[in-house]
Amino acid sequence: MRVKRFIPLAAFALLALLLFKGLSIDPTALPAARLGQPFPDFSQPELLTEEVIGASALQPRPALVNVWATWCYSCRVEHPYLLALATQGVPIYGLNYKDESEKARQWLSELGDPYRLNITDRDGTVGLDLGVYGAPETYVLGPDGVILHRHVGVLDEAVFERDIRHFFTVPGRLAQASTQEGGE
Amino acid sequence: MHRLLCALILVSSSAWAVIETYEFSSPDLASRYHQLGQELRCPKCQNQNIADSNAPIARDLRVVLYEQLEAGQTDAQILDFMVARYGQFVRYRPEVDRQTALLWWSPLLLLVLGGLGVARHFRKKEHYPDQRLTAAEQEQVDRLLEDRIP
Repeated sequence: MRVKRFIPLAAFALLALLLFKGLSIDPTALPAARLGQPFPDFSQPELLTEEVIGASALQPRPALVNVWATWCYSCRVEHPYLLALATQGVPIYGLNYKDESEKARQWLSELGDPYRLNITDRDGTVGLDLGVYGAPETYVLGPDGVILHRHVGVLDEAVFERDIRHFFTVPGRLAQASTQEGGE
Repeated sequence: MHRLLCALILVSSSAWAVIETYEFSSPDLASRYHQLGQELRCPKCQNQNIADSNAPIARDLRVVLYEQLEAGQTDAQILDFMVARYGQFVRYRPEVDRQTALLWWSPLLLLVLGGLGVARHFRKKEHYPDQRLTAAEQEQVDRLLEDRIP
């Protein structure tokens, strides 16, 4: 009988816990449907050379694929950090998403070019196949070409160290990570 | 002056915003377009469907939807295409799987739990002992009352 008295309290505690957890969930974070799958193949011109390339051109790996555009303000914010990463030796491939190629080339010559190469995705088809819904987005590509992680929004040092660095430092963990979901 | 005003109104951005017309080869395709447009959720502006949203990604998805309908894809094929890229999130009526099971079944679960609670409540009432007095008790009460009344 005495136990019964605590049922409302227990129910309240459970609900409070649930709602408290709800506070720390980011409602705009979307699950990435392509995690654990190979980078979708494409056939698009490279931004600078205009040579047509496919997914096999994204070598060496592991690498980052960064979705950017000149119309995207946050891309300008993260650009210096991408340059820093590139000088650290992290391979970065660009996906120039729904942009004007002329403006994009100008951007790279003015602000510096952190990218090994750039996929020109003028009408956003590669982005669509990847599940991109805005810019900037950054994907981690494993050594076998599989997408291991997606970060939506500005990539900075804190995010890289917390969520991405380990993909580049411990090769043995890459295989494990591909079966993991999210990682946020 | 009037002409200038008219010209300005015509080139204003709001005049352009909703002009997005598709020519469907059959009325059936048009109605499926509208139905699927209601059912697909915009990944960027999360509480709108792609038919309502003005986000660039929603516009892209409408174009894809149109092209796939005209290419003769079935509703299931189109939904699979979207889900492969944006996850079950992109559907307002997601498929029942491990992730969405709670979403689908919790209303039923709560209904059953509530029903059980109500049933329990009423059954307990029936189990209360009969509160009417027996003849002997009534007699005792009467006697006690009589004693009290001078």
